[in-house]
Amino acid sequence: MESVTIRVRGLSRHFGDVVAVDHVDLDVMPGEFLTLLGPSGSGKTTVLRMIAGFEKPDSGTIELDGVDVTQVPPFARDVNTVFQDYALFPHMSVLTNVEYGLKVKKVTKAERIERARAALASVRLEGYEDRAPSQLSGGQRQRVALARALVNRPKVLLLDEPLGALDLKLREEMQVELKQIQREVGITFVFVTHDQDEALTMSDRIAVFNEGRIAQLGTPAEIYEHPATTFVAGFVGTSNLLDSATAQEVLGRPGTWSVRPEKIRVWVDGQTAPEGHHRLNGTVREVIYAGMSTRFVVDLPSGSSLMAVQQNTETTGELGHLRGQSVCLSWDPAYEYEVSTDH
Amino acid sequence: MTTAAATAPTGGFGYRHPRAKLVGLLGAPMAWLVVVYLGSLAALFLTAFWTVDGFTGAVVRTFTLNNFIDVFTTPAYLQVMVRTIGIAISVTLLCLILAVPVAYFMARVAPHRWQPLLIAMILTPLWASYLVKVYAWRAMLNPESGVIAWFLQPLGLGGPGFGAVGIIITLTYLWLPYMVLPVYAGFSRLPNSMLDASADLGARSWRTFRSVIVPMIFPSIVAGSIFTFSLSLGDYITAQIVGGKTQMLGNVVQQNYVTNLPFAAAFATIPVIIVLIYLAAVRRSGALENL
Repeated sequence: MESVTIRVRGLSRHFGDVVAVDHVDLDVMPGEFLTLLGPSGSGKTTVLRMIAGFEKPDSGTIELDGVDVTQVPPFARDVNTVFQDYALFPHMSVLTNVEYGLKVKKVTKAERIERARAALASVRLEGYEDRAPSQLSGGQRQRVALARALVNRPKVLLLDEPLGALDLKLREEMQVELKQIQREVGITFVFVTHDQDEALTMSDRIAVFNEGRIAQLGTPAEIYEHPATTFVAGFVGTSNLLDSATAQEVLGRPGTWSVRPEKIRVWVDGQTAPEGHHRLNGTVREVIYAGMSTRFVVDLPSGSSLMAVQQNTETTGELGHLRGQSVCLSWDPAYEYEVSTDH
Repeated sequence: MTTAAATAPTGGFGYRHPRAKLVGLLGAPMAWLVVVYLGSLAALFLTAFWTVDGFTGAVVRTFTLNNFIDVFTTPAYLQVMVRTIGIAISVTLLCLILAVPVAYFMARVAPHRWQPLLIAMILTPLWASYLVKVYAWRAMLNPESGVIAWFLQPLGLGGPGFGAVGIIITLTYLWLPYMVLPVYAGFSRLPNSMLDASADLGARSWRTFRSVIVPMIFPSIVAGSIFTFSLSLGDYITAQIVGGKTQMLGNVVQQNYVTNLPFAAAFATIPVIIVLIYLAAVRRSGALENL
């Protein structure tokens, strides 16, 4: 048996007239952190719920470690889920919540308590055993939900937008921590999010979902640097597309091309742009100071616009006077990629 | 000039006097509650310590504990008390057994668009007169001509007839909506993710029902039971119509209030005390905090 933890083939699911998931094929490797990324309604959560067993597919199969589990109910699948709202049982203490899965599986009390305590320690929640979930902060509840799932040592941990309810600072901390926990326990993680930063930060691979299908599957760098479609280019990072007319003029080839904003440099005097760069003239419409960097929105003669981001390494960011000025944009041709315009 | 600032609009009377606003809002309902509701309870309690003149039957306003001594030392009265509590508990349990599946179906199984219709169907009996419903049950329970006896006869069984069982059946019918509605609300509030989480952690349906659903809807069950228990405890008309010779607390009060008002008052404080004990017990369970 080749080692694939989850093998999904031809998975489809519709709700009424809406096709939520449309013939999805997906392989998840052992120990991998795979993120399903997409806007709401793109089918990513439905795929996760079908892997967990909460939804039944209309067609297609799901294999877990080589065993077809398509018709297996959730309680008999060796996967556990961290829910978006955490779904902690409000009438149970933190420890009882974490113990629940072991108790259901008739693990002895002594072992149960020992494992539950160890799981709580692994998410840095020692001393919270007797608290009620309502006495915890959002971040702490999130950790309890994680411990409650991990204590069962599942083959796969499914996470449904688990950081969505946390504020930005806590979310960034938890991103690092989740990744660290995943490395320590070595369990395969399938993580659902609509947040591209989260996906890029944490994942080994990302599956970008659009309209029920996987638009692109690859490592974060592949997805970001080589978006396969206009949708991926726009959803992951800023959509920065050269239309066909501009491409013909600047690159000498037609088609839609993508250049990431941080790859584009802005020159007040076009003569100073490096040799071998592709160059393009435009007018600065907007200058946005963002602390670490400054964003320029530049209107092109063709009517479209490009965004360029410059690190504020040599300026204090007071570049508002450039608004309305003609500038020259340049980038290394190595950073331009043709994208397909079908979704 | 700066005079413009002085003419800025000021808040109304209520804005400037928030306490007066509160009095205006709650004055009338509070007066009603204190005077009519608590006042009549106090009068009842006070009367229970008076006595009647043996000759004239007039109320004599002298303090005595004899009424309460009578109530608690007469075996027949104690029997009525125990029977009434038994009936109220039976009605509550029956309502619970019937309401949980119905409410579960309404809240979690039936399509969403059916819900208003189902709620309306549960509420419809409340629109009919209490007496009409109880007399309908009298007709159905009649041991000679009733529909229940008629159905059971071919099976060689006698119907419940008029008596304690008839009272329990009728009261269960009357108070069922008061149990279904809070339990339905409890089921509706239960997040789907709780049930998913339980299944995800390996629990089958029955385990999820026992360990997650019942504890989470327990406050709703308690709310419903407060209605069914206290309404049953105070009822006496149903007992009169379908109870045959079976008497409840209320019947004893009714029989005595003309001839011996203080005794009737003493007897009437018993269900009040029982309900207070019940509420205290429920409060200790912590269920009231989640209502």
